[in-house]
Amino acid sequence: MRLPSDASFASRLRSAAVTARVGLWLGVCFGICFATGLVSHYAQSVSHPVPFPASPAWGYRVTQGLHVTTGTAAVPLLLVKLWSVYPLLFRRPPRGWRRLGLDLAERASIAVLVAAAVFQLATGLANSAQWYPWSFSFRATHYAIAWVAVGALALHVAVKLPVIRGALRADVDATAYDRPAAGADGALSRRGLLRATWLSAGVAVLATAGSTVPWLRQVSVLAVRSGDGPAGIPINKSAAAAGVAASATAEDYRLTVANGGRTRTFTRTDLLALPQTTHTLPIACVEGWSASGEWTGVRVRDLLDLVDAPTGADVLVTSLQESGPYRATVLHASFADDGRTLLALALAGEPLALDHGYPARIIAPNRPGVLQTKWVARLEVAP
Amino acid sequence: MTWTRATLGALGVLLAAYGVWLLLTRGRDLLDVGVWLVAGVLLHDAVLAVVTVALGALAVRLAPVALRAPLVVGFVVLAPLTVLAVPVLGRFGARADNPTLLDRDYTAGWLVLAGLTTLAVAGAALVRSRSARR
Repeated sequence: MRLPSDASFASRLRSAAVTARVGLWLGVCFGICFATGLVSHYAQSVSHPVPFPASPAWGYRVTQGLHVTTGTAAVPLLLVKLWSVYPLLFRRPPRGWRRLGLDLAERASIAVLVAAAVFQLATGLANSAQWYPWSFSFRATHYAIAWVAVGALALHVAVKLPVIRGALRADVDATAYDRPAAGADGALSRRGLLRATWLSAGVAVLATAGSTVPWLRQVSVLAVRSGDGPAGIPINKSAAAAGVAASATAEDYRLTVANGGRTRTFTRTDLLALPQTTHTLPIACVEGWSASGEWTGVRVRDLLDLVDAPTGADVLVTSLQESGPYRATVLHASFADDGRTLLALALAGEPLALDHGYPARIIAPNRPGVLQTKWVARLEVAP
Repeated sequence: MTWTRATLGALGVLLAAYGVWLLLTRGRDLLDVGVWLVAGVLLHDAVLAVVTVALGALAVRLAPVALRAPLVVGFVVLAPLTVLAVPVLGRFGARADNPTLLDRDYTAGWLVLAGLTTLAVAGAALVRSRSARR
């Protein structure tokens, strides 16, 4: 069996006219993914040189929902785009050292782009379904490869700019940028293929976005969550998985609030005796699912006032969990001082379910779900 | 345009180099990262693309003319959808202690989508063959 050459692929659908149009929307999706990914990465970082805003409360829900939705839409777009340029993989190397060198450099840059793009979509999709078939850290690696993908994309656009401009300005059926061999009619027209591609991206979004868009729940048969759970909110990590089922329900549970030498301890009954506040706030997870809940509990700021904590101070929140990267998290001052940030004791009018963080959990506006620490044992003003 | 291209290209190289630097200094298990990067390209270029070409050749040989265009549209919709549904169809991330995760019948969901696609393809093929006969 011989390796095919680019002349083996005769369909006129495999044309730069198609590639440029699909590539434009793929670029838009990658741009949104990159920008929203930067927001999410910054929101999760321990140090915030520029305070992350607590408003709007739904901000992170929207940016992370967009991140996963545009990543999902990018799968059909990337597959069709790669299909349209697949013959170029088999083109014969040009003669002459200079031309050969340029050809190899371009192939190498495209290999990096394809590898990074496929990596981002594959690891992102697996992560949204909480499937981790690898040993590397998802967050650090997905973040690093995102820069590689965006850089390789910018370089690719720079190399192809004349073709992209020319193809987008000309009619979709123009043949100026076609390979000489690509003259045979396909089963579809180019417009037909493009419409099928947009349809495919739309179906992919509708089939999955119900995890974060409530009115799509009935339609999104492939969404990672139905949206059900105790008090109508799904769970990311159960008490059993965190190893806190015994300590969270123990009689001797106490919450400690500390500011230097000033310390107060509270039982759950003590906390319930303090003034209670109710806010409707979303829980929005990095995996892209989100749900809005009606949380009731004590304002974190009120608890901090009981130990004379100054405003503008970051607060270290420690969970009953004995291990895990999110056992201890920093509640930055912009959240700790916000009146909507609660140490929640109830959800939807019912006592907090064990899997939602009983006896008490943090819920703050505009924050990634992993930082909404459950089973809180200690709030301590950072020195 | 030369200036724009040169700037954009240089910016791209810088951003990608920053990503590589992040990976080398902050990343762990780099061998595993490398395996995933290479496997993604191979899976597309040597498996998905080849299967697509083979299915296309098969369709040209076996499918009646009226069926071809609807078949391609159906494939463009259903094939990527199936690829991106692999994590939920396999339920690899499911956990016994968390019934709120992966809590749908994904096989049934996929079958419904595949069934609707098949119906639409068959319907469109029927319409096309009738209008061709007239």
